[in-house]
Amino acid sequence: MNGPIMRLFGVALLMFLALVGATSWWTIVKADELNNDHSRENTRALVRSLKIQRGTIRAADGSIIARSVKDEHGLYRRLYPQGARFGHPVGYSFVGRGQTEFEAARNDALMGKEDAIRTTFDELLGRRPRGHEVRTALDPQAQQVALDGIARAGDSGAAVALDPRTGAVKVMASWPGYDPDDIRDESKLKAFNRDETHKPLVNRAVQFGYAPGSTFKVVTAAAALDSGRFTPQSTVDGDSGQKFSGVALANDFNQDFGQVDLTTALVKSINTAWANVGVALGKPTMKRYMERFGFDRKPQITDYPRDAMSVSAVVPTPPGHPVPPTSRYVDLGRLSIGQGGLDATPLQMAQVAAAVANGGRLMKPHITSKILDHDGRTIETVDPEPQATVMRPSTATALKDMMVGVVQRGTGTQAQIPGIQVAGKTGTAETEFGDKINNVWFIGFAPADHPRVAVAVTVKGVQGFGGDFAAPIARDIMQELLKR
Amino acid sequence: MSARNREFLALIPAALLVTAGFAAVFLSREDLVGGLSGRNEVSDVSVTYGAIFLGLCIAAHLVLRLTLRNADPYLFPLAALLACFGLVEIYRIDASLARQQAEWFVFGLVLFSATILLLRRDYRVLERYRYLIVLGGIGLLLLPRLFAPVNGAYLAIRVGSLSVQPAEFAKIAMVVFLASYLRDTRQLLVTAGRRVMGVTIPPIKHFGPMLVIWGATMLLLFFIRDIGSSVMFFGAFLAMLYIATSRVSFVVVGLVLFGAGAWLVAGHVGHISDRIDAWQDPFNWTLYNKPGGSAQLAQSLFAQADGGVLGQGFGQAVLDISGLVQGNCTSLVNCSMLPAPHTDFIYAVIVNELGLVGAAALLCVYLLIVQRGFKIALLARDSFSKLLAAGLTSVFALQVFVIVGGVTKLIPLTGVTLPFVSYGGSSVMANFVLLALLLLVSDRARRDVEPR
Repeated sequence: MNGPIMRLFGVALLMFLALVGATSWWTIVKADELNNDHSRENTRALVRSLKIQRGTIRAADGSIIARSVKDEHGLYRRLYPQGARFGHPVGYSFVGRGQTEFEAARNDALMGKEDAIRTTFDELLGRRPRGHEVRTALDPQAQQVALDGIARAGDSGAAVALDPRTGAVKVMASWPGYDPDDIRDESKLKAFNRDETHKPLVNRAVQFGYAPGSTFKVVTAAAALDSGRFTPQSTVDGDSGQKFSGVALANDFNQDFGQVDLTTALVKSINTAWANVGVALGKPTMKRYMERFGFDRKPQITDYPRDAMSVSAVVPTPPGHPVPPTSRYVDLGRLSIGQGGLDATPLQMAQVAAAVANGGRLMKPHITSKILDHDGRTIETVDPEPQATVMRPSTATALKDMMVGVVQRGTGTQAQIPGIQVAGKTGTAETEFGDKINNVWFIGFAPADHPRVAVAVTVKGVQGFGGDFAAPIARDIMQELLKR
Repeated sequence: MSARNREFLALIPAALLVTAGFAAVFLSREDLVGGLSGRNEVSDVSVTYGAIFLGLCIAAHLVLRLTLRNADPYLFPLAALLACFGLVEIYRIDASLARQQAEWFVFGLVLFSATILLLRRDYRVLERYRYLIVLGGIGLLLLPRLFAPVNGAYLAIRVGSLSVQPAEFAKIAMVVFLASYLRDTRQLLVTAGRRVMGVTIPPIKHFGPMLVIWGATMLLLFFIRDIGSSVMFFGAFLAMLYIATSRVSFVVVGLVLFGAGAWLVAGHVGHISDRIDAWQDPFNWTLYNKPGGSAQLAQSLFAQADGGVLGQGFGQAVLDISGLVQGNCTSLVNCSMLPAPHTDFIYAVIVNELGLVGAAALLCVYLLIVQRGFKIALLARDSFSKLLAAGLTSVFALQVFVIVGGVTKLIPLTGVTLPFVSYGGSSVMANFVLLALLLLVSDRARRDVEPR
């Protein structure tokens, strides 16, 4: 009888192996699928994430932008003490709503799992992961100045301020905005989503493209000087009414300037002069410089969700979709003055100013400055990373001088700051909504000789010019940031 | 070292595990969702539990030392290990249930000692009462039929707040009867038959009772509507038949008969066909949302996936969702994401918290018990003892297979307990009796092998 007993034990062995095999199937092979693909039936990951204290997000001055507190059930809930000020670009993180904007982009660090090895080690030790603190370069005072300025000036708008030397984002304001704490309220969230006139959930700084108008002349000027085809003293025809692509182009107030040098053309923002420059440079040269500035692709910002950003590009009608600047649909003369279907985000235009400010070296924009663990140890510092070399330093210097002229004696005098030299460029684009309802712009940087701030401001629905409405906001933002 | 000293030493790790386990549960408690939040109860309860547990085990060990000096030294510590592991896991699920389980544990040990004391001279007296025993066993099985079904099956009797599962005891009665019956008839089953196409067909006179048992199993399946118990009973029967006759052909015929019968019955009992549908496609959301559908199985698999290789850690499985639903949860068991986390699905909770690694370790402990059981059967010197030990071991192994296989979707899910680990008085007590019988056989088998 012993033979069958031994064989029976063999059978038992096989059966237990089958049990281990079945368990392995669900814990290894199928684990990811079961954990991730059935969020309605399997709420374990959600409940567990609620038990992890999500990291705090802080502004540059150390003030709290977002933090998590425990409720009576022991679950954590997100609070936004600064309200609507940082609704953009920080976004929100709530159960059933998910994460948006910066909260989404930095989700791993905020949940304390940015480092796979460290996480595995903690798991082995049975340590409950804790979220890391994320420090940003965002400046609450300057952000507020930007929001208040836009709110006073027009219907909607956005402002972006960068440190041109590092690419750190100091201001990213979009108005109208929203208070992230309101997102938890189902009815308020629905109202936000329905509000087609204000679109409070859209971050206009990165998501909306606006015709950059005359601020784009800085790009054309950079291409003109850096290609060696022009100098600031080169002269072009600045008369109003010249035809480009068969259609007459007017200067402001239909003013004729005759042969005019490029510095004057920029200071007085002469449309026909710059259209002539652009046509002389040709589409391939314009394309090359636009790409160096960052046009025609998603912004290179590393800590903001790519899906929530728009590409700055030419969208002529026809064909009604983005095309490369070399496309046959492009009206090169109008493109060169920021029209002809060109759409640029405020972030992109801030990068144009930053590239000139930083001697032609464009830095990748980033919101995070560093990441700390809950004991306050720095685990990651975000180092400045170059995005592109846009132009030679000599070109940048020459262009800066021209932009200083704009603020000293041209269209941008309202951007002057007492005791500090400011370089800039205004822009005014007429929108499709009736007469004199303009989209106004100002891009610039300061102090001109050692720039610490580069800024772009756009306001929509303004009866007036960029120099009168956008420049003062840019000035206030720069002035606020230069205090530090 | 003598067998009993080895046994004593082996109990110490079990006691340490209880202490460590309770400490771990206390440490993680502050993070539990729901009713327990806010309080941070790190107390000396863990040590108390450990000490009481060690005391109980030592008492049982003394009984063994006095009565069965030669019995296998590893069986009892292995069972104690499982029991203490179960106790910690149940405590983690619901503290009040753990207190009851600890009481059942005491009763179990009393029954364990009583069985040993009663049968220590010669357990083979059981043979004399085999028909009484089998009638009692069948009676126990059919008893729940007089009461209302629980989850569609007639497995338990509710007496007040107590729930008794007679099948747990019936399985022992069944094995005792079969061991005795097969000892008498095994020679006849093999030799007296005619050979037809290479298969020995035993005379109907002797094979008749076997068919009766098959019929009884089918009736059982039909009456108590429980595949798990039927598989356990019939599987143990086939294992014992195989040991008694060494005929694989009998086993094959048995399996075919069982398969055909089960297929027939499954088609006619809604409860069983529901279970099979759920088993085939637990992630079909129509089935998932049906009452008695696949939600249980799907949640069990979710829990295991959540555990992964290393598990979430003691006390870290998400069982309670009261914090999210904001409903009125009286206890963790009622508001659980996983149904019956303390009984049928305790294996899923273990995988969730200790991962594949912990579950494999648990299965290893079971396998070691099974190995000891078959070893005892090998060492036993008479047919009845061999059949009894092998039968008890088989039914034990099958019970583990049925519930773990069900929870891991290897076979259709049925509610039997995970021996020694699941919450449940009947299960704990019956399994201690089973253990006592194995030790009795072992003591007799090793009596003259090991010097005194």
